[in-house]
Formats: sequence, structure tokens, C-alpha cells
Amino acid sequence: MARHGSSIISTSTTRRHTEGIMDETPRTLPRQSATFTNEINSEIRRAAATGIYDIRGGGAKRRVPHFDDLLFLGASISRYPLEGYRETCDTRVTLGTRFASKPIELDIPVTIAGMSFGALSGPAKEALGRGATAAGTSTTTGDGGMTEEERGHSKMLVYQYLPSRYGMNPDDLRRADAIEIVVGQGAKPGGGGMLLGQKISDRVAEMRNLPKGIDQRSACRHPDWTGPDDLEIKILELREITNWEKPVYIKIGGARPYFDTTLAVKAGADVVVLDGMQGGTAATQDVFIEHVGQPTLACIRPAVQALQDLGMHREVQLVVSGGIRHGADTAKALALGADAVAIGTAALVALGDNDPRWEEEYQALGTTTGAYDDWHEGRDPAGITTQDPDLAARFDPVAGGRRLANYLRVMTLEAQTIARACGKNHLHNLEPEDLCALTLEASAMTGVPLTGTNWVPGQGGF
Amino acid sequence: MQTFDLAEQGLRALNQTLHAQKDSTNQTAWDIVNAKGSHAIAVGLDAPIEVNVRGSTGYYCGGMNKQATVHIHGSAGPGVGENMMSGTIIIEGDASQYAGATGRGGLLVIKGNASSRCGISMKGIDIVVHGSIGHMSAFMAQSGNLVVLGDAGDALGDSLYEARLFVRGSVKSLGADCVKKEMRAEHLEILADLLERADADAKPEEFTRYGSARKLYNFHIDNASAY
Repeated sequence: MARHGSSIISTSTTRRHTEGIMDETPRTLPRQSATFTNEINSEIRRAAATGIYDIRGGGAKRRVPHFDDLLFLGASISRYPLEGYRETCDTRVTLGTRFASKPIELDIPVTIAGMSFGALSGPAKEALGRGATAAGTSTTTGDGGMTEEERGHSKMLVYQYLPSRYGMNPDDLRRADAIEIVVGQGAKPGGGGMLLGQKISDRVAEMRNLPKGIDQRSACRHPDWTGPDDLEIKILELREITNWEKPVYIKIGGARPYFDTTLAVKAGADVVVLDGMQGGTAATQDVFIEHVGQPTLACIRPAVQALQDLGMHREVQLVVSGGIRHGADTAKALALGADAVAIGTAALVALGDNDPRWEEEYQALGTTTGAYDDWHEGRDPAGITTQDPDLAARFDPVAGGRRLANYLRVMTLEAQTIARACGKNHLHNLEPEDLCALTLEASAMTGVPLTGTNWVPGQGGF
Repeated sequence: MQTFDLAEQGLRALNQTLHAQKDSTNQTAWDIVNAKGSHAIAVGLDAPIEVNVRGSTGYYCGGMNKQATVHIHGSAGPGVGENMMSGTIIIEGDASQYAGATGRGGLLVIKGNASSRCGISMKGIDIVVHGSIGHMSAFMAQSGNLVVLGDAGDALGDSLYEARLFVRGSVKSLGADCVKKEMRAEHLEILADLLERADADAKPEEFTRYGSARKLYNFHIDNASAY
């Protein structure tokens, strides 16, 4: 803003003088607040107009320390590499070796995370089964029970045991290949499922024993156990019902990974599934997604440490999920000590979610390719996160399954490429010593030295 | 009558033996002795057999039951008859927390009292309690009938969906969205049938019906204080 030079100059002089200054003095740019951003202000206006919190799908969108903050060192004089296309790099993984008489044998260490029928259409669930089966891995049910589409098309199907117990029955329990007791989820550790009225179709309502069209908010706690001691007995019951055949997974959100992993092992888990805050959900409050839970990267080391402290690393397998996007993320998670990873959001993108071909329709919904996250509304242009028969008909489960299989194979090839470069003949031979950290945060979280140093914050030395 | 000594033969052998009765068995009556409060007794049964458990049971007795009649001659620990699909479970004594949790069908009869969260998240099961029930019973109950000859504790039927609750005695307090409802002829008929099947000495006319006001079925900010 231009200022008057002196208060004793006459009005006409002032004008001339001011005009002179105005000509020469640049105007300051309008300054946007870093605190009250346009995005924040638009949310305040939305809240004021509607009187309800913002609900959306997906995981945390904020920038958090992630696998991008780690790099592989590659081979050198002290480590020799393996030939890219000639020397084997094994990718197989067995989950559930601790107690189950029929562990799950996967060809690749990338599984499909739990996503419900209800959140997704029947054909989308079918496509997940088709793609996972073609790539030699497992898929997982969700909060809504097991559908014929996914059982029929999934060679290996993990059946989630959730607080709501929608659709839970002993026959499906027995025809599952593994049981996943869901305690928490990375997008909302401490929150229950949510499926709004638009998606409660006749079929979804029947599977969940609910009236059609209601806003369904699942319980956040299991109805018949509360702590690790009860959980141990619950696992005993499930094993007795299924003849001790099925691996029992326990899925936890990224809350207190060291203690939660310890208690899951104590309760008798065969497998711990650890989901960080970038892990997606079908629908939850935005404030929950963005402000509760820890980043995936920060959760792995404490969980692996817990397994090591108990002498159970590799005996109880660790599956990590939440923001896994490609073979490099997979390789980094494995190098930090995971046995496998799970993908949800990435699998949906492979099926066709947020594809630019629907840009015009995303615009009509007030969003754009890549940002579409109103999955709870059931108006998905790609026909994946919907129960609308017309929209769902846009999605071809055979083609979708093929795309997912391709993508899973690419992820595996990428991870193998990195592992061979590090001289490893099995993805599980990747280790923290193959990594360096680009940032202090990532170094402190993972215990991997900061690049160019042998220093880990909190561990001394430089 | 087949007798199974749980202390001697173990839980794994018990459930395996009972599961093996799935296909046309002529061993329809089983006596389980030395139950001693063990967990997961007679879980996942799927045959029209009668199992008499002598003594009290631990957690989840009769869990996910189909077809079978499980008769507990003692008291039952937490989660008795959880997620049962069909058949009958009768408890001569009292039942601990979460009796009949998420049950989808069949009949659960508790001749004594039931603790808190009886019928939590029930999805079609019928539960008849001869005595009283504790707090938060029928929480988020979706469908089925809960009949209580005695009294109900705090927050009965909180966040109830379509389950019907019938209480003969007093209700300490009703949970969110649970209201007293008119007893119509169809309800008296349901009650009469359940009371008879549960061997309960009471008249349908003595009960009050409670159900969902259905005000929380679709979220509205003006109801936020009720959640």
C-alpha cells in the first residue's frame, strides 16, 4: 500500500506526490494464508452450509514420510548383483505357518486388501478375484460378507471377521482360505465401517440384515471380546470351528504398532496385517483419515522389532499395507522386515478407478481425475465403487481382472529387479542394510542410516 | 447316549467328534462331562443332535451353532451362542456378557439372568431370558426377538434397528432411539410362541414392547447429541 509522505503538504501536492509514488511503487501481491488456505476455507464454508463433517473414501492425502524417502544402495564391490533375466529371484511367500494346518502359499508377496461388497460392486469384487488368482495371490472380503462373485473367482480368499459381523456364518468361514480378524484399519484406527444409504441396495441390505437405504455405521469394537485375553479365546473358538486348518490373521491400524503386534502374537495370530494411515477406506470422516493414525513407513520398524523381540520374526508373518504403489515400495517394505504387502487403492486404480477417460463426468461431480474420492455416494463414473446397476455395468470384470493381473506382475518384476541389483535371490533376502534414507525423519523412523552417512538419529555416531 | 469326558479327551477331540456327526448320524444324544468352565465347547456344530453339557462353560459355548440342541446344565461364560444360525441352546443357570451376540437364528433360552450386552448386534436370533438382563442389552440389534421375564438394565436397545424387545419387568433406561411401542396382536402371537418354546411361565399380555424409533437411520446433524 502507498503511503502519504507528509501531513503538511497541500491536498493538490499530496495527490501529485502520491500519484508519483503509486507509479513507481510496486503493489504487494495478495497474500494467501498458509493456515487458512483456500482449501481449508472451502471446507469451513461447506461445514457451515451442511452441518455435517466431510465424508470421503481413500486414505490420507497429506504428505507424510513414505517409502519415497528411502533408496536402495545397489550392488558394489562388497556386494555382487544377480543377472537380471538369468538368475532366479524367488518371490514366493507362505502365510500362516505358526498354527494353521493349511497355510496360504502365494506366488508373489503382494496381496489384495479387504474391500467390501457394498463399498464395491459385485463385478469389481469379481475382477479383484480374477486378477489376484491369475497373479497367484490372495484377495480379501470386507465388511459385508462373502459373495459368490469373489469366492468363485478367487483361488485364495481371506475372510474378514469384523466387529459388525455382517454376513458372518460358519459355512463361509469354512470355505475361506484364511480368516482375518479386523481390529483396526489404517485410514481410521478406532473407527468402524460406514456405508451410506445410497449404497444400501436390496442385495447389500439383505446380506447385512439391515433396512434398505439407511446410513449404516458399523461398530468399532467387536461385540463379544474386548482385550487381548478375550481375543485369544476368540481365536481358539474360530480355530475349533474350522478344525485348526485356516491361518488366522489379525489386522491392525497404524496406532501403536509395537504393542499391537506384540499383543496380536500373544493372542495367537498366525499373521499380523499392519495398515498405515495412507491405507484407504470406502467412507469415513475426512478429519479421521487425515488426523488419526501413523504413516505406514513409521509403523514397520516397531512391528518388526516386536516380532524380533518375541523371537517370532518370520514365524508370524507381517503383511504391510497403506500406500503401496509399485515394486519399489514392495521391495522397501520387505527390506524393512515385512513378509508381504497388501494393496487396495492401487488395485482399484488398476481396475480403472480415477481414470482420465471419465474426466468429463468427474468434472460434472465437481472433481477431477485423481481427486475423485466420494466413493460413498455410489456415483462412481468408472462403475467400481457403486451399487447402481447402470454404472456397475460400465465395468468389465474380465478386462479389469486382466489389468490387475498385469499390474501385480509388473510390481513383482520391479521388486525382483531391485532385489537382483542388491544381489538377492529371494525378495525376502532384502534387508535394511540394502537401504539408505533421504531424510532425517525417514532415517529416524526406519533405523536406516541417512544417505551419505552412517548415522541414524537417536542411535549416535556420525 | 454317548458320554464324552472333556477333561480326559480334550477340547479338540470333542469338537472334532461333534463335527463328524454332520452327515446322518445315529448317535444323536451326547453327554459332555467335566466341562469345568472350558472355552469353545461344542462350537460350529451342524447336525440335529442333542448335546448335554454337565457343569458350567467358559467363553463361546455353542458358538455359530446350526441345527443342534445344546443344553448347559450350569451357567455359561461370555458369548454363549454367539452368531448362532439355528438350533437351540438352553442354559439352566445364568449367562455372562454378550449372550447370543450377532445370532442369526435359532432359539437361546437363559433360565437364570443374563449379564450386560445380551443380544448385542443380534441378527435374527430369538432370545428368552427367564430372569433379568444387564446394561446395553440389544445394542445395535438388527432383527429377531429378545424376551425378558425380569428387568432390563441401563440403555436397553441403544441404536436399535429392527429387532423386537419384550420386557415384563422394569427397564432402568432406554438407549438412543429405542422407544416403547404398541403391543399388537401379531406381537402377542410371537410372544406366546416364544414363551411356550422356552418353557417360560408368563403371559404375553404382561410384557411391554420396545423397538426402534428409526430416527437415527439417516444421519441428521440435529440428532447429533443422540449418537
